[in-house]
Amino acid sequence: MNQMNPEGYTTADGRKIGPVLMEMKNITLRFGGVKAITDISFDIREGEIRAIIGPNGAGKSSMLNVISGFYVPQEGEVWFKGYKRGPMKPYQVARLGIARTFQNIALFDGMSVLDNIMTGRLTLMNSGLMAQAMWWGTAEKEETAHREKVEKIIDFLEIQAIRKTPVGRLPYGLKKRVELARALAAEPKLLLLDEPMAGMNVEEKEDMCRFILDVNDEFGTTIALIEHDMGVVMDLSDRVVVMDYGKKIGDGTPDEVRNNPDVINAYLGVSHD
Amino acid sequence: MFYREAGDFKTSYADDSQTFPIRFDRLRYYAVIAVAFGIVPFVINDYWANAVFVPFLIYAIAALGLNILTGYCGQVSLGTGGFMAVGAYACYKLMTAFPEVSILIHVLLAGGVTAVVGVLFGLPSLRIKGFYLAVATLAAQFFLVWLFNKVPWFYNYSASGQISAPERTILGQAVTGANTTASAKYLFCLIILFALAWLARNLTRGTVGRKWMAIRDMDIAAEIIGVNPLTTKLSAFAISSFYIGVAGALFFAVYLGAAEVGEAFGIQKSFLILFMIIIGGLGSIFGSFAGAAFMVLLPVLLKNVLVGQLGWATDLAAHVELMIVGALIVIFLIAEPHGMAQLWRLAKEKLRLWPFPH
Repeated sequence: MNQMNPEGYTTADGRKIGPVLMEMKNITLRFGGVKAITDISFDIREGEIRAIIGPNGAGKSSMLNVISGFYVPQEGEVWFKGYKRGPMKPYQVARLGIARTFQNIALFDGMSVLDNIMTGRLTLMNSGLMAQAMWWGTAEKEETAHREKVEKIIDFLEIQAIRKTPVGRLPYGLKKRVELARALAAEPKLLLLDEPMAGMNVEEKEDMCRFILDVNDEFGTTIALIEHDMGVVMDLSDRVVVMDYGKKIGDGTPDEVRNNPDVINAYLGVSHD
Repeated sequence: MFYREAGDFKTSYADDSQTFPIRFDRLRYYAVIAVAFGIVPFVINDYWANAVFVPFLIYAIAALGLNILTGYCGQVSLGTGGFMAVGAYACYKLMTAFPEVSILIHVLLAGGVTAVVGVLFGLPSLRIKGFYLAVATLAAQFFLVWLFNKVPWFYNYSASGQISAPERTILGQAVTGANTTASAKYLFCLIILFALAWLARNLTRGTVGRKWMAIRDMDIAAEIIGVNPLTTKLSAFAISSFYIGVAGALFFAVYLGAAEVGEAFGIQKSFLILFMIIIGGLGSIFGSFAGAAFMVLLPVLLKNVLVGQLGWATDLAAHVELMIVGALIVIFLIAEPHGMAQLWRLAKEKLRLWPFPH
């Protein structure tokens, strides 16, 4: 199968998928006596859209939290860009180039949309405290340069009109979009999306799908996403990991996964006669 | 009618993110500065300086400091009085130990000393939040006041246990001590306040300010976008304490002249400054000024009305004044929980449309 080629492969629609970007090796995560994740291994390739699916409580969000550094697994290794990653704080993970969005929106309600997206670029801005206090030279130049980048993302996600609105006043669908914008502003290598379509109507979902595909296409960002809408998952993703009760029960292209008997059992139940 | 954005197009991002984007606002700001620097120093007398202007300027510095910590970074502090005391005693020790060095440098160094102490007492904020942190900073308040009372070295072994500011001059003008003129006190505090307010505005509009606000609004999300909570919280504590230390040094050296720690920098001071930023508006530079003005002016105004106009006895007026101030604070917080800064914003929104309803 061409997907096993370590140098990468080309998808049916002609997108280039590169070598492995992130690899999870035998991850086990326990909370006291509860095993949230049991011995899971999978990889994410450069330029790919990788979905993680599974029924409720399968450990998908825990997996994302392991990747983004909130949880440190008891066993297993996390490899990123060919290096083994030691235990890290979330802000250190962010500096490696991993950005994420949350299932329940985690925006800064007191700040405007523009400021929220600008926070996404914090890891890329490095003028000192004194320069900032004076606001002459470097600090102002840096601010303007990053503002230009942020404006591109604002254009890209079509949220120009709400630039200066405080985030607390926005409706749900727009908040999701602003959160995506904030994650994109960091110019991540790997973008983690935790249920980007949850609670959206059909039109909003279509918009979001379009944005995800565009992000992947235009910026070449690798995306790992958790989603419950099967139609979305099967359409968007290149490969799918299926989890159930903390274990991996399937891994492969959408078609392979769809026909995997274990996956069908997990989703539809199994007859006991 | 004049308060319009129409026709005022911004063609660069720097223009768009300036402090006063509306032209009328900008002009009004320049006018206030011109009056404050160009007219007030020449007409000010001792009563106005001591009752209104100097305390307002000094409290505004302290309120800016606490607003950076509480309003922008979301860390509640009840140790303001204690930190002001650190500034005052640091300034006193420096003034008496190095009489030849300029008082301006002493005041700034006192701020620096307070910043170090503030970081020290800010360390618990990495573990605890909200009310629990408030209690931890309350401990700082009591500990610091106790320390300055108990260790005679801090007040140079003076018999009264008080510290008193010797005369110091800047450019030949006395700014501390008995011979200071009203306008010298006023200008000295005004210049420091102006510089510090300008720095605060710059800090809060850029990366540093965004980090603080990110921690305030949602610390988990802040961490995930690369904000280091340790350095961010401690930088807020350091800068906030610097402001409060400078305010404490000025309060002692310029305003009071002589101070006893429990009286001048007790827990009431912490609450007073917390009220200022809550009434003025959390997370707003303008709010720090408005809150300080409200809390300084209201008692003076009430006293003038009750004693001067209505002819009440002073003790009765003093008690009624407390009740009225308390009631006003409660009413204010119910009517506008986001403080005077929010009222000001709403007024501006309305003004932009006036005289048209929509």
